Amino acid sequence: MKQGKKGKVILAATMASLLVLTTACSSGKSNSSDGKQNVTITFRSSGSEDTLTKYFKSGLVEEFQKQNPDIKVNIAPILASEGDYTSKIVLQLKSADTAPDIVAEDTSIIKSDAAAGYLSALDSQVGGWADWKDHIIENLKAGVTGEDGKIYGIPATTDTRGIWYNKELLAEAGIAVPFKPASWAEVLEAARTIKAKFPDVTPLNLIVGKSSGEGVTMQTLEMLLYGTNDTLYNDSTKKWVVNSPGLLDSFKFINQVFNVDKTGTSLQVALNGQAGSIAFQQLFPQGKLAMAVDGSWAGSTWFENGAAPIANVQDKMGFAPFPTQNGQAPGATTMSGGWAWSIPEKSKNKEAAWKFMQFLMNRDNATARVIAEGALSPRNDSTEVTGYTDRTFIAEAQEMVNTAHFRPANDQYATVSAQLQSIVESIATGKLTPEDAVKQFKDGVTRALGADSVEEK
Amino acid sequence: MGRKNSGAALFLMPSVLLLLVFFIFPIILTFCFAFTNMALTGAAAQSLEFVGFRNFINMFQDPDFRISVWRTLVFLIFSAVIGQVALGFILALLMKEKNVTFRRILGIIVIAAWVTPEIVVAFCMVSFFSDNGSLNQIISWIGLKPVSWLFSFPMVSVIIANIWHGTAFSMMVYQSALDEIPKDVEEAAVIDGATGFQILRHITIPMVKGSIVTNMMLVTLQTLGVFTLIYTMTGGGPGTSTQTLPVFMYNQAFVNYQFGYGTAISLVLLFIGIVASLSYMKSLKIKM
Repeated sequence: MKQGKKGKVILAATMASLLVLTTACSSGKSNSSDGKQNVTITFRSSGSEDTLTKYFKSGLVEEFQKQNPDIKVNIAPILASEGDYTSKIVLQLKSADTAPDIVAEDTSIIKSDAAAGYLSALDSQVGGWADWKDHIIENLKAGVTGEDGKIYGIPATTDTRGIWYNKELLAEAGIAVPFKPASWAEVLEAARTIKAKFPDVTPLNLIVGKSSGEGVTMQTLEMLLYGTNDTLYNDSTKKWVVNSPGLLDSFKFINQVFNVDKTGTSLQVALNGQAGSIAFQQLFPQGKLAMAVDGSWAGSTWFENGAAPIANVQDKMGFAPFPTQNGQAPGATTMSGGWAWSIPEKSKNKEAAWKFMQFLMNRDNATARVIAEGALSPRNDSTEVTGYTDRTFIAEAQEMVNTAHFRPANDQYATVSAQLQSIVESIATGKLTPEDAVKQFKDGVTRALGADSVEEK
Repeated sequence: MGRKNSGAALFLMPSVLLLLVFFIFPIILTFCFAFTNMALTGAAAQSLEFVGFRNFINMFQDPDFRISVWRTLVFLIFSAVIGQVALGFILALLMKEKNVTFRRILGIIVIAAWVTPEIVVAFCMVSFFSDNGSLNQIISWIGLKPVSWLFSFPMVSVIIANIWHGTAFSMMVYQSALDEIPKDVEEAAVIDGATGFQILRHITIPMVKGSIVTNMMLVTLQTLGVFTLIYTMTGGGPGTSTQTLPVFMYNQAFVNYQFGYGTAISLVLLFIGIVASLSYMKSLKIKM
């Protein structure tokens, strides 16, 4: 009997302590004990040396709190890869207990998260914010607009894509520097010239390995496709274009590089998940790679504090716009992505969150961030801030924003992109002809999204 | 008696409850979600809809799924049935009645791979097979050119990795089974003039058959679920060369955010596991 009593006491104690533990676990209190409003901001961190974390800890938060003594800002970075970050964030946004008050959203997923109801529309907020109309680059607003036409984020960074090239190699091969190809044919021709002149050099690096994920779709396929007269998604009919001359030509370009001219990266490098780093940290600095289609951020690898510094890099490397297929207007094309700040639907302090977001996105703070990260600014007045344009390659990259295209405004993008990634890899490895690739893409997307979501041109 | 039973029930309660909450309930949920369009993000995340057998129809029309089933079977047969089960048996047989020190040393070497966490095994094997890795160093001593193992022979690489990691378990199961064979049976066979192979075939194997089948079942189920090892070593690639069902399921659920589809794939995986277990169990009952 005595034993039973003791057992009951222990049981009760255990239950009670469990209860205490679970209560302690539930975070997301809307207000601190001192009556201040809490604003929790979440973004992706790459580790202890993370630039964005450093940016927040450089006195920025203190300055804001001094101006707004009733608000307390909590920095809550998530240490994860880009893919994992998206999954983790989505799970947090689902519950009011875990949703932050401001969240960094990749523009590739923002429409999807908006359609899922995770983000709150900011139309009324931006309506009362003069900078939105005057200073946020108009072209970038498409990237943060949901399928319903509402604004779900403020663009914070952006990027462009083009052809990185080794000036010395191209000049020695007799190609005019600065390199300005006018059509796809000139890019292919330059690659063949390099191959003939320097057999040991890889002429052209394209990202084609499925393990590089979204990079395959955006840095390779879409750079080609959006330079033709076709697109991946028809904005007016809201259908996916699963068969078009432009798509076939884009597949043919990839096939030409890897299987006909054989001017692409060796498949062993191309299919490696680290293909991008191998190209920029090893092959380019060693003079073993002539050209690579990649993002505007890639060149920062060669800066003094980068992973593979090159002295006088502006004399050795260049960044050229990627031409449209036959040189049709506007002559060049690029894809833009980047990160935005959004307010989750389940945030408890939306008003305070918006205040902090405005502070983050004022001219000086927004520009300081993109300078630190080597990104492009979404504000048209960043060029007035010292230190913005005098960075190497930035002027070229910023120029491209004007011809930028954005990824389709549809929440099924991830599914379509995944199909493209494996198809592009199959073309590059010679497992699919361009014609069969179009057929496989058509069948795959139709199967996944249904026949009423697709069209052919 | 009744009192005794209620006492037992009381003590079993917590574990039954835990099983219900953390095992049975999720399985039922998984079963339900497999018939929905559940997604992690996008419009479908907001409105969960019952879609009937659409996920399963899509799956069987998806060439990637068929490839994944095939890869899973190849991985299973070579790394589990042939690799671990057979190699484990041979090891146990060779160690039988050998010097205790020898058994101990060899045992520790084999078991070391087994007690190593899967993720560590994967990293070890990546460094073993990588371009500048141990294997290429070794073959360069005999004048061979380095090979990109993970690229040129991805399936062979992950199979070898899984064999290395898992064989110790089979070895230990067989060791204890072999140790239990009474000596006089084998001695009688020797007196009757049986050869070593005859003893193995007609005496040793039939006597440990139960262990063989049980072990085969456990190893099969374990191998069907291998994810970390493959994902870390090759990510399912290059292409779809090592994309087994668990990797395929992960890609659909967490890379493409199609949870409904992912759970449907997991049900198929569960089904394959059940079929394999049942067939092993059946063979166990009939033969014993």
